[in-house]
Amino acid sequence: MGLHKPYEDVPGTTIFDADMARIGYHLNQFCMSLMKPGNRARFKADERAYLDEWSMTEEQKQAVLDRDYNRMMALGGNVYFLAKIFSSDGISFQAAASTMTGMTVEEYAQMMIDGGRSPEGNRFVGETSNNG
Amino acid sequence: MARITAGVTTSHVPAIGAALDNGKSAEPYWAPVFAGYNFSKQWIAEQQPDVIFLVYNDHATAFSLDMVPTFAIGCAGEFAPADEGWGPRPVPVVKGHPELASHIAQSVIQDDFDLTIVNKMDVDHGLTVPLSLMFGQPEAWPCLVIPFAVNVVLYPPPSGRRCYELGKALRRAVESFDADLNVQVWGTGGMSHQLQGPRAGLINKAFDNDFLDRIVNSPEELSHMPHIDYVREAGSEGIELVMWLIMRGALNDRVIERHRFYHVPASNTAVGHLVLENG
Repeated sequence: MGLHKPYEDVPGTTIFDADMARIGYHLNQFCMSLMKPGNRARFKADERAYLDEWSMTEEQKQAVLDRDYNRMMALGGNVYFLAKIFSSDGISFQAAASTMTGMTVEEYAQMMIDGGRSPEGNRFVGETSNNG
Repeated sequence: MARITAGVTTSHVPAIGAALDNGKSAEPYWAPVFAGYNFSKQWIAEQQPDVIFLVYNDHATAFSLDMVPTFAIGCAGEFAPADEGWGPRPVPVVKGHPELASHIAQSVIQDDFDLTIVNKMDVDHGLTVPLSLMFGQPEAWPCLVIPFAVNVVLYPPPSGRRCYELGKALRRAVESFDADLNVQVWGTGGMSHQLQGPRAGLINKAFDNDFLDRIVNSPEELSHMPHIDYVREAGSEGIELVMWLIMRGALNDRVIERHRFYHVPASNTAVGHLVLENG
């Protein structure tokens, strides 16, 4: 019998638990490396070559190249680590979050000003969401 | 004897720090956020704490996935503002209290809370944004700070119950320190927010306001709230709120609520703030 993970039925959410941290270790450590300016410069100069220095899966590398943050999280990335990638790209946390929701940056920012995404319809997988 | 006189809770949204650092605090988007702290700035100038025990979480800054301590206490003499990828925030170096921090570690570990002792650590926005909100932009922080980092990034974080009990152990530790010190405990992070996935942007005002009521008036009951309720109701990053329970556990069962502030949004997050005094 495995461990109970009650958070698996929360919609649109990937909980970064110990299993995901194991899967994503090298992906997240690659992200940490971007906190050093020299590494950022090398990454920007040739992203593929820089990624090939890390023991990441091909899927993880492709998700980074595609800047597909939902995919990166499905492959063990955590948003606070992934933040090093979009910070290196000069993109704000809010703009990066919007890319995960299918909304434009402007639509997402307006949703937040209007009070954020309602929890109604967003608590369990299969519920009908009121927004998004 | 050292004594805990008051507790403060506040969100620690990085964009708040960036707004202040870049001179945007008077802009219409940000002015209401900073206005919510006007009372608190005056209050803390009057209180003049000697030491702040500041509970926060590191955001993949000082702790990579190489090591993830659940509870880490900063015992160094000073802590530099971290370079989180866009240069360090232009804020003063944080001065610690190594003697009190070591005393707390000694006491709390013997009280069954297994802390990680940290003697070298940079501190990120989780610690410096609350200082900026409460003190503004001084040349030097007006008191000493003991950073206390809680893992809320790699699930599972410690339970709310564990945090609340740790607060009680912290109080026993502080009150057995033989020096006349005015100590405050701050709990930071929250309130409702989710920074990831298609559900990003979640805000739950009803949950947040209920949490504010209960942490003041019925913390014992609140401390039993399971992780899943935080995740489902307050968002995957809303689970930071367990850190507020360390602050609350360190105060009296009954407290005086001096100030409350709630605002949506600051970037992706609901801002919540309390000033509590031991009655």
